[in-house]
Order: sequence, then C-alpha cells, then structure tokens
Amino acid sequence: MFEKALVGSRRYWLWILGLCAVIATGGICYLWQLRDGMGITGMSRDVTWGFYIAQFTFLVGVAASAVMVVLPYYLHNYKAFGRMTVLGEFLAVAACSMCLLFVMVDIGTPYRAINMLLHPTPNSILFWDAVVLNGYLLINATITRVSLVAERKGEHPPAWIKPIIYLSIPWAVSIHTVTAFLYCGLGARPFWFTAILAPRFLASAFASGPSFLILLIMVLRKFTRFDPGKEPIGKLAQIVTYGMLINLFFVALELFTAFYSGMPEHMIHFQYLFVGIGEHKELVPWMWASMTLAVVAVLMLLSPKVRGDYKLLTIACVLVFVSIWIDKGMGMVVGGFSPSTLGTITDYLPTVPEVLVSLAIYAVGFLMITVFYKIALSVRDEVA
Amino acid sequence: MQGGRRSFLKMAGGTALAAGALPGITSCAERAGTHGTGKRLAMVVDLKVCSQHADCTECAKACHLAHNVPSFPKGEGALEPNVKYDEIKWIWKEDFEHAFPTEENHYLPARVTARQLPVLCNHCDNPPCVRVCPTKATFKRESDGIVMMDWHRCIGCRYCVVACPYGSRSFNWWNPRPYIAKINPQFPTRMKGVVEKCTFCEERIARNQKPACVEACPHGAMVFGDLNQEGSDVRMRLTSGFSIRRKPELGTQPEVYYLV
Repeated sequence: MFEKALVGSRRYWLWILGLCAVIATGGICYLWQLRDGMGITGMSRDVTWGFYIAQFTFLVGVAASAVMVVLPYYLHNYKAFGRMTVLGEFLAVAACSMCLLFVMVDIGTPYRAINMLLHPTPNSILFWDAVVLNGYLLINATITRVSLVAERKGEHPPAWIKPIIYLSIPWAVSIHTVTAFLYCGLGARPFWFTAILAPRFLASAFASGPSFLILLIMVLRKFTRFDPGKEPIGKLAQIVTYGMLINLFFVALELFTAFYSGMPEHMIHFQYLFVGIGEHKELVPWMWASMTLAVVAVLMLLSPKVRGDYKLLTIACVLVFVSIWIDKGMGMVVGGFSPSTLGTITDYLPTVPEVLVSLAIYAVGFLMITVFYKIALSVRDEVA
Repeated sequence: MQGGRRSFLKMAGGTALAAGALPGITSCAERAGTHGTGKRLAMVVDLKVCSQHADCTECAKACHLAHNVPSFPKGEGALEPNVKYDEIKWIWKEDFEHAFPTEENHYLPARVTARQLPVLCNHCDNPPCVRVCPTKATFKRESDGIVMMDWHRCIGCRYCVVACPYGSRSFNWWNPRPYIAKINPQFPTRMKGVVEKCTFCEERIARNQKPACVEACPHGAMVFGDLNQEGSDVRMRLTSGFSIRRKPELGTQPEVYYLV
C-alpha cells in the first residue's frame, strides 16, 4: 500500500522535500547535542525540563484527541464521522511518534533508554507513561492499518478489531491522565500540585486536537478531493468550543484556589507567568497572548455563524491551537520551575539548536501525516 | 441460583479488592513519620557554630575535591559550559531564606537569617527522587538509609531533579572531566548526561571513616551517625536543643537536621 505515497504531484514532492530538509537540519543539531551534551539547550540546573518535554506534553493532548472522532462514531453510531475516524487515528499515530521522539531527545544518555525495560519500575510514573504511549501508538497503528486494508478490498473491517477500537477510547484518556500524573504528584512543585491538572490537560486536548483536525481537513479540502461535508466539521467545531470553555473554566478554578487561599507558593508561579517577578518577565507577553487568543476564540466559536463559516472557523481553530500551544508548550513546564524549589529564578529560553531539533520532530510528524493521509485518500479514490 | 452466585462473586471480589487496598493505604500512612528500627544514618548541623564562620566553605571544598565535582567558569552564554546554568554541587552554603523558604518568622536573629548554611542531599526516609526514577538508578539502601546513585544505569531523564524539593541533585549538562581541577583517582568521575548528588560518602563509611565534609569542618559544626542508636552523637545533639529540617511538611522525612 505504501506505493501510493510514492506517486504525487510536484507540489507534493516539494512539500516532502522541504520537510526532509527541516529533519536533516534538526538531525545535525541533535548530533551536536549528542557530542557536546545537553548543555547546548537552554535548560539548566534550575529549569531542568524545557521545550522538549513541553512539546511532548502538548502533543500527548493532540494524540489523545483522536478519541473525539472515534467515540461518537463507534459508541454513539454518529455516522457523519465515519469518513474522518481514520484521519483522527492517523493523527494519533503521528502525534504519539512525535511524543516518543521528544522524550528520546530529552534523555541525557539515550543509548541507555533500554534500561527502562531492563529494570521496569512500576512506582515511576515515567515508566507508566512509556507503557501507555507505546500502547496507544500500537493500538492506533493496528486500527488504521486494518481499516485501510479492509477499505481497499471493499470489505467491512474484521470483527476482532472492534474490541481494540473500544479499548482505544479509555486508553486515549489514560495517556493524558498519566502524563498529568508525571507532574501533579510532586510535592516539590506547587504549580503542578493540583488534582485538576489531568482534567485540565484533557479539556485543552479536546480543544487543541479537534481544532488541528479541522485545520487538516481544510487543507485537504483545498488540495485534494476529500470533503467530509458540513455536518461533521460543524460537530467538530462544537467539540472544540466545549473543550475550550471547560479548559478556561478549569484555569479559573486554579486561579481561585491559588489566590483566594493566598498561599504564597501557589500564587507565585502564576505571578511569574502573568506579571513577572522583578526583572524576570520573559513569559509575560506569551501568557497574555495565550489568554487573549483563548477568549477571542471562544467568543468566536460560541456563534453558530462562525462555526458554519469555513474561513472564520479556520481562524478560530488557529487561535485555539496557538493559545493552547503557548499554554502547554511554553508556560506549563517552565512555570513550574520558576521560582525553583529554593525560591530562585533562572531565565529560560530555548536555544537555536534546541528549537531546530524540535522543529525536526514536528517535521517528522507532518511527514507521517502527509504520507498517511496520501495513502488513505488514494485508497479511497481507488475504491470510489 | 445463577444470580445468587453472581452477586456473591461480585461481593467476594469487592471485599478482596478492599482487603487488598486497605493495607496499601495504611502502609502509606504509616510510612510517613518513621525511620524504621535498623541503622539510620543522619547528620546534624549546628548552626550556632556554623553561622559564626561566614566565609568558611571547607565542607564543600573537601567534598568536591574528594568526589571529582567539576567547577565551570563564570559566564552568561547558554551554549558554553558555565556556572550560572550548569553548576554541579553536592554540598554548598545557601542563604537561610532559600534553604528554609517557608520559615517566614519576623525578626529572627541575624545569626540565623543573615548567614549561609550548608545544604546537601537530605537522604530522606521517603525520597521522592527514588519514587520517580524509572530505572532504579537511584535507590534507598535498606541497610543504613542512604539514598544511592548508580551512575551507570542513570538514563539522564532528570525526573529525580524535578522531584527533589531541595535542589540537591545536579545533571551533567556537559562532559565534566575537563573541568575537574585535580582528579582524585580513588573516586570515579562522571560523564555527560547523568545525574549525581551527595551519597553521604558511602565509600568512606565503608572504610569506617566519617563523611569528608564532617571531617573537614574545622569547627566541629557537623555531626554524623546512626539516628536509631541510643547515645549516638546525632541523638545526643538532637536531644540537646531545638532543631529544624528543610520542608518537613512535604512528608519526605529529611535526615539532615539543623540545630538553631
């Protein structure tokens, strides 16, 4: 089936070539990191996790959101999502792969990563995160492969895949819950020490993932013959709206508990992110941008007119995606480290090689999505 | 009959689950607050003595010399090894307000708050670093309670650094070897990409010596010994005056005590 990815227009090949160039650049930077050490990143003694782990956290959400197309179709028999489930599952496969890559580049001695399997440690949440992420990748890779083969033959997918699809639904919830547990079980870090972290991760995931899926569909509508129709896109837009509203509600809950209780170690991280402490203000504009984008996006999405208008909907989805990317990919992780456990602040900005390595991993993800979608849509064209 | 059996099975299953969960919960509750009955190595730092010698850093010097801890140059650039971002330290002198960020009493005597005090790994009874390590590269030695490191197993994920409430762990962002002033051949050097920290000088304890910092302190401000042994030095000191520990509210049960 892979041969379908090897025939394409000039534009298709240019896109692939561009992605490969980004991957190669980041690859060289990664070799630099391997040779000299992780010191070439912006991370430090105090800000121990940075851009890599933040991207990982954000992308776990994108991966988990596949459940938002799978669940209505399989559990509620919502037929309009039928043509999109495979796209959601492919997105999950690509996002999961990116997650695993981001973890790998964040490890100081990657060739020892196998130690996690040689010495499995159930009391470590990182161990469980590796289990659920690899499991989710495997589940979705199997589902997409089996459904695509069946579609090509013009048959229904075999019955045995059904339980696996059902399993993928709670499993999607688990990947983001376990990822939140990485953070929220640490007494040392008051910013993350909140039971609402997992629900908040899920709510933001159910906004960012489906909004990204809408954007992908818009791209596909423009460049291919694929068009799922108005109804499923509108439904996805509703899901984004609810996800974003619940996400903002959860943020408000966090702010209330921190500031009404007046407990310094809970307030100070929000102060660092939103007003800065002393001369340390580098994240302030980002956080306000994220907040503003979120509010504007919600106000837009609340109107059925916007949700029905592809142009406005595209803008709203971009706003949602960028807002949550800033919140998870910039603020969430670094905010937990500043101030440090000793109350000091060390500035953190990702360095150029760090950003290039991250871009390369995103390019790998986009390459996977491109190839997957190309194969899936070619199979559909062939059958039609 | 069928229904009866089913509901019986459900009930039995539920009971078994509860019976299984209950010891788990109670053992967690018990875990907080005990340091067992066996040997439990601990340290007492007498701040009344230590704070009289503001410029003294003999403990840190001796430790870092004995354990091949590198010292990076001053500098600002993130792309070069420098002390601002990449520092490695096992024991160092820290401001009072940073070592005890929640002790916010007003008008504490200057001899307590204005001076720096030595901080190091607390070798907690409930170490969060051990709990989060995905490879058991850091582990608690049952025989004496030391929180140990296996530098050959550490994958460098730095989860332990994130989990430690005391900032006691350092990651090797660079190859440390070129920055070690004088290599001590009796002790291993580390490589880039692994985490390291104080091990209560387990290599010296094995030879019946005191930890390097305790031995080096010219003023006798540091005492080391078995907390569970009646009449041991640490026990005598702890019963002699009021002591505090860093962030006791987190339930980690640190085993480094500060006499104030």
